[in-house]
Amino acid sequence: MTDKSLTDLGIAAIRDGVKAGAFTAREVAEAHVAAVADARALNAFLVETPDRALAAADAADADRAAGTLKPLSGVPLGIKDLFCTEGVETTAASGILKGFTPTYESTITAKLFAAGAGMLGKLNLDQFAMGSSNETSAFGNVISPWRRGDGGNAPMAPGGSSGGSSAAVAARLCPGATGTDTGGSIRQPAAFTGIAGIKPTYGRCSRWGVIAFASSLDQAGPMARDVRDCAIMLEAMAGFDAKDATSLDLPVPHWEANLSGDLKGKRVGVPAEYRVDGMPAEIEALWRRGEEYLRDAGAEIVPVSLPHTAHALPTYYIIAPAEASSNLARYDGVRYGLRDLPDGANLQEMYAATRAAGFGAEVRRRIMIGTYVLSAGFYDAYYTKAQKVRALIARDFERAFGACDVILTPTAPSAAFALGEKMADPLAMYLNDVFTVPSSLAGLPAMSVPAGLDGQGLPLGLQIIGRPFDEQGVLNAGLAIEQRAGFVARPEKWW
Amino acid sequence: MSVDAATVRKVASLARIAVTDAEAEALVPEFNNILGWIDQLAAVDTDGIEPLAAVIPNHLRLRDDVVTDGNVRDKVLANAPEAQHGFFAVPKVIE
Repeated sequence: MTDKSLTDLGIAAIRDGVKAGAFTAREVAEAHVAAVADARALNAFLVETPDRALAAADAADADRAAGTLKPLSGVPLGIKDLFCTEGVETTAASGILKGFTPTYESTITAKLFAAGAGMLGKLNLDQFAMGSSNETSAFGNVISPWRRGDGGNAPMAPGGSSGGSSAAVAARLCPGATGTDTGGSIRQPAAFTGIAGIKPTYGRCSRWGVIAFASSLDQAGPMARDVRDCAIMLEAMAGFDAKDATSLDLPVPHWEANLSGDLKGKRVGVPAEYRVDGMPAEIEALWRRGEEYLRDAGAEIVPVSLPHTAHALPTYYIIAPAEASSNLARYDGVRYGLRDLPDGANLQEMYAATRAAGFGAEVRRRIMIGTYVLSAGFYDAYYTKAQKVRALIARDFERAFGACDVILTPTAPSAAFALGEKMADPLAMYLNDVFTVPSSLAGLPAMSVPAGLDGQGLPLGLQIIGRPFDEQGVLNAGLAIEQRAGFVARPEKWW
Repeated sequence: MSVDAATVRKVASLARIAVTDAEAEALVPEFNNILGWIDQLAAVDTDGIEPLAAVIPNHLRLRDDVVTDGNVRDKVLANAPEAQHGFFAVPKVIE
């Protein structure tokens, strides 16, 4: 096998090939290390850790010889730079954490490494995961490997906030990557780059050691090239962790072993409220094709209603900034990260100077909006009100799931846009998350699978939303779409 | 609700983020744009609805009241911009 074809392999194929002796883990790691080094034009990686990837590969080869292979032995992964990694700089793509080198390992990365996975490096993202295009990183934009078919070569957004993860997986730099999803940050970038990604039920994956954005929404998940690879990775990531107060104390299901694209007897809900004004005709057509795929898999399509859908985005943009303003109070120039101490400044002035210098514009904006909605006199009008509407949004889903098993929607209201196209207007950027935010607010498992291309040759994704704890139902419906959509398009290498 | 530059400066001060007068002025329309948009929630009927605190039913666990962590002073201080004599160092607070 040539090095190039090794980078075409997904997680299952690498795992199985290493086990069968078709190639060594060392060969796999070397091919991916080379691909990463050759793709710096994409700016997907903030830190490259080839030594870590190669060491894990050598351990995997030794484990094979000893007959002690682990579930992810030989699989080199990219790690979103929101996960603290011991001894490897972790910045959340913010200047305020430049140079921060954790002295501990996040639960998720510890579990992945214990399962045999290696680390190729730390992936770029929107600063503190706040953004939908990876344009708020303090270390430069990630460039999507995809280009429009118009010959214009405009650099495209890889989606956000997990934009380094989506670009790296789509460009075949790694077979899988960790992502985090607060309002769509796994699903929207997956849709923009033609890959799969799942946000599990809130509480499935430990938040310990994941740099916090909005704690009642933040949830980690895998991003990979197909549904099976997502299932494999999620099994290694999920599980109870006493160090996270919101961690679910439930056994981890055998999602991979129970994958089935046969949806006989299943009902798929299609919510009328997701048909938004100005949605491109090709997104609408893709959605109808998704219904056909699922009907063909044996499911019944039923209309459902989620009446508070239109209120989800404003609800999210109260709750998420409020929690962010509280979480990000820890960046004070005292314990870690940047300190800006102007001549003669007192402690309060040091805080304010440090935070003004260290946070990017979008982070400052969200902290201040959050501070405002939590401030005396406004708390009930904004925050309490938003938590009430959140209850209504969750109730909508609960009622809909009385009539269906999973819900099918588009992942995003458009294909990827070019970098710079939406940065001037924060509200236009926020609208990207219109289809992903409601399920985040309700804590539900949801995934995006690639399902087609738009007229410009850019990928489009379909979203499956499931009942709490029913990742299996989500993965199975995703698999049924994947088996029928025949999505084989990939970005042509230009980098 | 709409904000003015004085409110923006007050919020920035609460958030401990230094802003110049020019930056505060520039933030006024941005804030009003976003706040005007989220104000639409006021029209949603939420009478009798309890605010949602936990999205997924879960219970707060109790554990034995024992020390599970600690004795890692140097690790805690490892990333401090300034650490002295085993402490975080800050500008003088008490005159």
